Amino acid sequence: MSKYQVNEAGLYGRFGGAYVPEMLYPNVENLKAVYLDIINSEDFQSEFKRLMVDYVGRPTPLFFASKLSKIFGANIYLKREDLAHTGAHKINNAIGQALIAIKMGKTRIIAETGAGQHGVATATACALLGLKCRVYMGEVDIERQAPNVARMRMLGAEVVAAMSGNRTLKDATNEALRDWISNPEDTFYIIGSAVGPHPYPDMVARLQSIISEEMKWQFTEHTGKALPDYVIACIGGGSNAAGSFYNFVDEESVKLVAVEAAGHGLDSGETAASMARGTEGIIHGSRTMLMQTDDGQITEPYSISAGLDYPGVGPWHSYLHEIGRVIVLAATDDDALQAAQLLTREEGIIPALESAHALAALPMLKDKFKPTDNVIVTISGRGDKDMSTYIKHLCK
Amino acid sequence: MFEKKKNLLSIYFTAGYPQLNDTMTVLRGLEKAGVDFVEIGMPFSDPLADGPVIQLASIQALKNGMCIKTLLQQIKDMRKEITMPVILMGYINPVMHYGIEKFAADAEAAGVDGLILPDLPWDEYVDKYKTMLDSHNLHFIPLIAPQSPDERIRHIDSQAEGFIYTVASAGITGNIKTSVDYRTAYFDRIRNLNLRNKAVIGFGIKDNASYLHACQHADGAIIGTAFVNNCTENGVSEEAVKNFVSKIR
Repeated sequence: MSKYQVNEAGLYGRFGGAYVPEMLYPNVENLKAVYLDIINSEDFQSEFKRLMVDYVGRPTPLFFASKLSKIFGANIYLKREDLAHTGAHKINNAIGQALIAIKMGKTRIIAETGAGQHGVATATACALLGLKCRVYMGEVDIERQAPNVARMRMLGAEVVAAMSGNRTLKDATNEALRDWISNPEDTFYIIGSAVGPHPYPDMVARLQSIISEEMKWQFTEHTGKALPDYVIACIGGGSNAAGSFYNFVDEESVKLVAVEAAGHGLDSGETAASMARGTEGIIHGSRTMLMQTDDGQITEPYSISAGLDYPGVGPWHSYLHEIGRVIVLAATDDDALQAAQLLTREEGIIPALESAHALAALPMLKDKFKPTDNVIVTISGRGDKDMSTYIKHLCK
Repeated sequence: MFEKKKNLLSIYFTAGYPQLNDTMTVLRGLEKAGVDFVEIGMPFSDPLADGPVIQLASIQALKNGMCIKTLLQQIKDMRKEITMPVILMGYINPVMHYGIEKFAADAEAAGVDGLILPDLPWDEYVDKYKTMLDSHNLHFIPLIAPQSPDERIRHIDSQAEGFIYTVASAGITGNIKTSVDYRTAYFDRIRNLNLRNKAVIGFGIKDNASYLHACQHADGAIIGTAFVNNCTENGVSEEAVKNFVSKIR
C-alpha cells in the first residue's frame, strides 16, 4: 500500500472524504464497499483490458519528440492520449465506470461535462454497452461546444442544460449530483474527473492509471532505463494527472509536475489555479483546495480551456501538492496558446488546449533540465474541439 | 426543544431574500402567525440538496449581500421578541470558512437552537463537532431519507437531540416524485421504529393536504419552497405571511 494513496476513511491527509447529504449516503457507501472488489476482479480486468485494446486503441504511443528535445535541452517524450478513441483520455474512465455500473446492476447513467469530452466519452461507453445516458452540461457550455453536443446526441445521450449558477461545469456537476439524489436506485453517476466524494477520486485514478502503466514499460522499451526524470500533466479536476502520476508516485526520483490554468494570470482575478490561489474548502463532496470568497461562496474560475475551468481540484492532488510530492506550475492562456502552436509546427500534433498547458511547462523548466533528463508530457487530448479558439488567436 | 407534541409546523425561509433586511420581518411574521419553529436558510452558491426555487432565492440573497456574518448580526437581538425555536440551515463550506467554533459561539449568543448542514456527514459531526456544539447548546439536526436503512436511522436517533428531519422522498427541495402510498409506507416505517426523537417531514410539503398527511404519519412538517415562492409573489408583510400559514393550518 502506497503511503501516498487514500486511507480507509477516504482521506488523503486531511483532504478528501465524502461530504454528501444523507440521501446519497447509501449510494456512496455501497460504491465504497464494492468498487475495489469489482476493479480487482479477473472478470472486470479482462473485459476492461479487452476494450482498452480493441475499442479504445490502447496502448497509446509514447513518442520521442526530437525537435522539442532539441529546443528544451532534454529528451522529451509525449504520451499520446490524444490518439485514444473519442480524442482524449476521458474514455478510459468512462468505460471503466460504465462496466462497474453494470456489475452493480445499474441501468441508467448520468454524467457532467464542461467542454464535452467527458460527456462524449460517457455517451460513447453507454452506446457501446447499452446503457441509458443523460449528460448535464451548463447552458453556456452547450452554446460554446455545439459539435460535442451534437456528438453526444448522435450517440443517443440526452443532453440536459444546467440552468443554475453561471451555467458552466460547476453547475453541471451540481445538477448531476441533484439527479443522483433524486434517482438513487437505478442510477450510476460517472464522474469525469478525480473529484467528488470518496471513493470517486480513487476510482477515477485507478481507471486512469493505465496511462502511467503503459508509460513505464514504453519508456523502458525506448531507453532501456527504468524511470523517467519528469512526468508532466495538465490539471483541472485532475484525472489525466492522476493517471499519469499513479504508477510513479512511489518512485521518489521521478519529479511529478502538474500544470494548472492561470487564465489571464495568477493575480489577475481571472484564473483557475486552485492550488496556487485557492483555499481549503468543500466542493462536490470532498475537502480540497478551491476558489472561493472570504464568505466561503464558491467562485467561478476562468481559463481559455473549458476542461480546466473548474473551481476545485481532486483531493489527491491537493495532498500531493501540500506534502511537496508534486510540483505545481501555472500556465496562462497565452503560454498555452504558444505551446500549442509550437507543438503543432515542430511535431505536427495539434493538442487540446488543456494539454497545451502541460506543454507550457517545458519553457518554464528549460533551465532546470539536464541534457540527459528524460521527460514525459501527457498529451491528454487532441485539439479538434479547440479549432475555433486556435483560429481566433493564432491563425491571424 | 418542543413542548408541543403533535402537528408541528415549521417554515423555512432564505435569509436576505427578497431583500437583505427582510430576515427579522419574516421571523416576526412567522412568530405572529403561530408556527412552531423556523429554519433560516444561510444562502450558499452551490446548494446541492435544493431545487430551483431555493437556488434562485439563494443567489438573489447572495447578490443582496447576505453572508453568515450579516445574518448573525441581524438576528443577534431576536430573543427580545422571538420565542419559537430557531434553526439555521445551510451548507458546510461557508460555516467552515467562518470558523465552526466561532459560528457556534455567535449562534448561541443570538439564541439559535439548532443547526442543519445536509452535507456534513453524521459520523463526522459526532466525531469532530458534537461535543463543541453541545457546549454551545446547539442541536445538530440529522436528515434521513427513504433509502436510509432502519439500522442507520436507529444509530442516528440514538445520538441525535432535537428532531429528525425526515426527507419525504429521494430528491431535492420542492420536488416530490413518489406516490402518496409510497410515502405513507415510508413514514409508517419510521413511526414503527419508535424513535426517541420527533420525526418531522420535509421536502415537497406545500399545502394543507401534504401537511395533514405528514401529521397523520409523523410529528409534523416543514415547508420551504412553497413559502419562498410566497415571499416572491406576495412579499413578506405580516399579512402575507399570516395568509400563507392560515392556508396550511
